[in-house]
Amino acid sequence: MNNVAQYDVESIRNDFPILGKKIHGNPLVYLDNAASSQHPVQVINAIKELYESGYSNIHRGVHQLSQDATKAYENGRASVRGFVNADCMHEIIFTSGTTESINLVAQSYARPLLKKGDEVLITHMEHHSNIVPWQIVCEQTGAELRVVPISGRGELEMDRFAALLSERTKMVAVGHVSNALGTVNPIKEIIDQAHALNVPVLVDGAQAVPHIPVDVQALDCDFYAFSGHKLYGPTGIGVLYGKEKFLSKMPPYKGGGDMILSVSFEKTEYNALPYKFEAGTPNIAGAIGLGAAIEYIQSIGLGAIAAHEHGLLEYATSKLRDIEGLRVIGEADQKAGLISFVLDQVHPHDIGTMLDMEGVAIRTGHHCAQPVMEHFKVPATARASFGMYNTFGEIDVLAEALNKTIGMFA
Amino acid sequence: MDNLRELYQEVILDHNKNKRNYRKIENPDSFAHGVNPLCGDQIDVYLNLRDGVVEDVSFDGQGCAICTSSASMMTVALKGKTEADAHALFESFHHALTDDEVHPEDVPLGKLKVLTGVKEFPVRVKCATLAWHTFDAALKKVQDDISTE
Repeated sequence: MNNVAQYDVESIRNDFPILGKKIHGNPLVYLDNAASSQHPVQVINAIKELYESGYSNIHRGVHQLSQDATKAYENGRASVRGFVNADCMHEIIFTSGTTESINLVAQSYARPLLKKGDEVLITHMEHHSNIVPWQIVCEQTGAELRVVPISGRGELEMDRFAALLSERTKMVAVGHVSNALGTVNPIKEIIDQAHALNVPVLVDGAQAVPHIPVDVQALDCDFYAFSGHKLYGPTGIGVLYGKEKFLSKMPPYKGGGDMILSVSFEKTEYNALPYKFEAGTPNIAGAIGLGAAIEYIQSIGLGAIAAHEHGLLEYATSKLRDIEGLRVIGEADQKAGLISFVLDQVHPHDIGTMLDMEGVAIRTGHHCAQPVMEHFKVPATARASFGMYNTFGEIDVLAEALNKTIGMFA
Repeated sequence: MDNLRELYQEVILDHNKNKRNYRKIENPDSFAHGVNPLCGDQIDVYLNLRDGVVEDVSFDGQGCAICTSSASMMTVALKGKTEADAHALFESFHHALTDDEVHPEDVPLGKLKVLTGVKEFPVRVKCATLAWHTFDAALKKVQDDISTE
């Protein structure tokens, strides 16, 4: 509790200019962090400074600016490496986001390997971006997609996972934290069980990295994917961590400049890791902005952020449960960052519009997780998701706005 | 809050709670399924015609208050209309909600006018028009069937 008490949320809020904004005349209460988080001045300034005084293309110019920009870009990679504790720099591949990271592994790792009779194992609570790339590769190869079911509480049925895992399984892909339910999955257990059968595991960490310290070596995961824009960084930048033993053997995902050592019309020699997977001019400002975001998070401490957010989640859960006719969707023992819910009398979209008029930004809809909606027999949910800058007072505003909404529709 | 009252008028809230013609028609002359893939709203519209006149029209499915009440009010407005008048009403309604140049007051919409408050909420316009698009699809289907027979 001490951590929470010492956590200076007001000083954090002062670093995020957008939080001073008014929406429809009311102070912004931003509870849509699981969709995308806001940016501290440290990130905004890093990008501004790059464009004002340090910008050039990277990895190819002999001139000073190009060398400076290259250094800044690679510093971004170093920040990411430290953040997830990867063994070495070249295991960190910059992508456009989690979606591209997963597609890269599906196409570059799984596709050459899969054949008819093989299976890819995912779960019922995955985001569409950790379903569709595997469906595509299964269609391409004749492999079969198998799905681990979830319980009524929104937890993975681990005995079913163990039963579905077999010598036919060639890949396991699982979300670390569910974007629709907030469930934190037991990924260490999943990785250990898969490894016992020599099956590699990809973890979709998009919803986990802002809330949970991740150590890819301790987890022993083979691939870990996440995005910058849910981590207080810019859009269009993401990360694929992969173990060198896999990445080094995988063919390039995209062809182009920067991913080659030499090109002739007879033969092209590919560049070393990580550049083999970074064809074309990369998102230079994105990588630098992401590095700044990670440094900002580390200056506060992800542990302290997690403790604060856990307090918010507990408070919001008890506060929302007191509202008559409100049903929380997803009641796993281990949850992080968000609360999904429905109201008896009011459709989520009407909730979204009503709350917006009070300045409260939440997400409504199927959250790109339609199988989850179907499991809980709801067309959509309303979702409040928390970030490091949210306050207990904002939860009160949310609860009051929900009561107002119910009053209007009753 | 004024904008909200404009959007969620009493009539709309009433149609949302007490849906009119919210039922399936067995063996209808035509039927269409409408989906808003962005938000997951789904509306089925059932249609019976007699001598070129809408004899019965109903809907079921799931949607937000705007979607549901628009569907409910639509069924009431359409009953007894000729095919041509029904299609013209769809056009007018669609026009009033989606054309920035058009002031809703200038379009003869009768009771449907209460739904034009949605224009102040651009992301919700699709909610109001879903049932109408679905109805028009059902109407086209039956007309196509007739023309190919």
